[in-house]
Amino acid sequence: MGVGSFFTSKLDEAIGWARKYSIFQYPFVTACCGMEYMATACSHYDVDRFGAGLPRFSPRQADVLFVVGTISHKMAPVLKRVYDQMCEPKWVVAFGVCTCTGGFYDNYATVQGIDTIIPVDVYIPGCPPRPESVIDGLMKLQDKIAAGAQRY
Amino acid sequence: MDGSAILARLRARLGARALDAHERLGDHTLVVAREGIVDALAYGRGDAELRFDMLMDLTAVDYQKFPGREDGPRFDVVYHLYSIPHNHRVRLKVQVEEDDAWVPTATSLWPIANWLEREVWDMFGIRFEGHPDLRRLLLYEEFVGHPLRKDYPITRRQPLIGPKV
Repeated sequence: MGVGSFFTSKLDEAIGWARKYSIFQYPFVTACCGMEYMATACSHYDVDRFGAGLPRFSPRQADVLFVVGTISHKMAPVLKRVYDQMCEPKWVVAFGVCTCTGGFYDNYATVQGIDTIIPVDVYIPGCPPRPESVIDGLMKLQDKIAAGAQRY
Repeated sequence: MDGSAILARLRARLGARALDAHERLGDHTLVVAREGIVDALAYGRGDAELRFDMLMDLTAVDYQKFPGREDGPRFDVVYHLYSIPHNHRVRLKVQVEEDDAWVPTATSLWPIANWLEREVWDMFGIRFEGHPDLRRLLLYEEFVGHPLRKDYPITRRQPLIGPKV
């Protein structure tokens, strides 16, 4: 390993470490999972410990898209557009079973998993997921960010 | 005014246009012919004894393959009326055939009928003649068919984007 690649890999590590503690999230909240998302974000569970305490309400300022709640076919183009507007590097978290698979909404109106529309990095199952599982998913996402896993 | 008296008053007004009436668990229902429904609604709203000033719900039922009604009209359009001053209520039904699925609109009587009728059109495909703006309410314009009909396949998907299933 040459000196140049040593510095490059160490620089990537440093960038990954910095990024994983500065998660600016865009909460795309459409349904009841939003309550659990709020519970997680508030002081009792405090996602600010993981550097994810500041939601941005513009996709252009966000790093992580939190898709929280059922996505209908009517809503799907909006979600895709929000995802396309985010600057890279960007990650997506599917929050709750409805975003993961459609959940029990196996009907004419509901998208059967948002991974049919946009790429997903972390799936958090549950109906709704408990704050502990949200934090678990968030830490898994941090590992992924630190390892430099991202799509361009 | 109790339920049977409401039915009697409506029947006296409608005559032969009142087809049937029944009562179950304290709820009274009058089945009205399609040509009499607007008169029944307007009379129920305007009459001092009835004073049904609130259209609580307007919906429809698909009776396709319903036991005992295989040959009858496919749809029921259901009106739930409530009177705030008298605290009484009644249910009116209109039966319509599948190939002639339309009902005159009630938007001139209650403004809320506008959206309720759009929802019934959206979900059941029953048209409301005279409606000012009969577009889909909940689904998108590109949607084909009416999903609350019993013959709509439960697994059919019509996504705007993403894979067609």
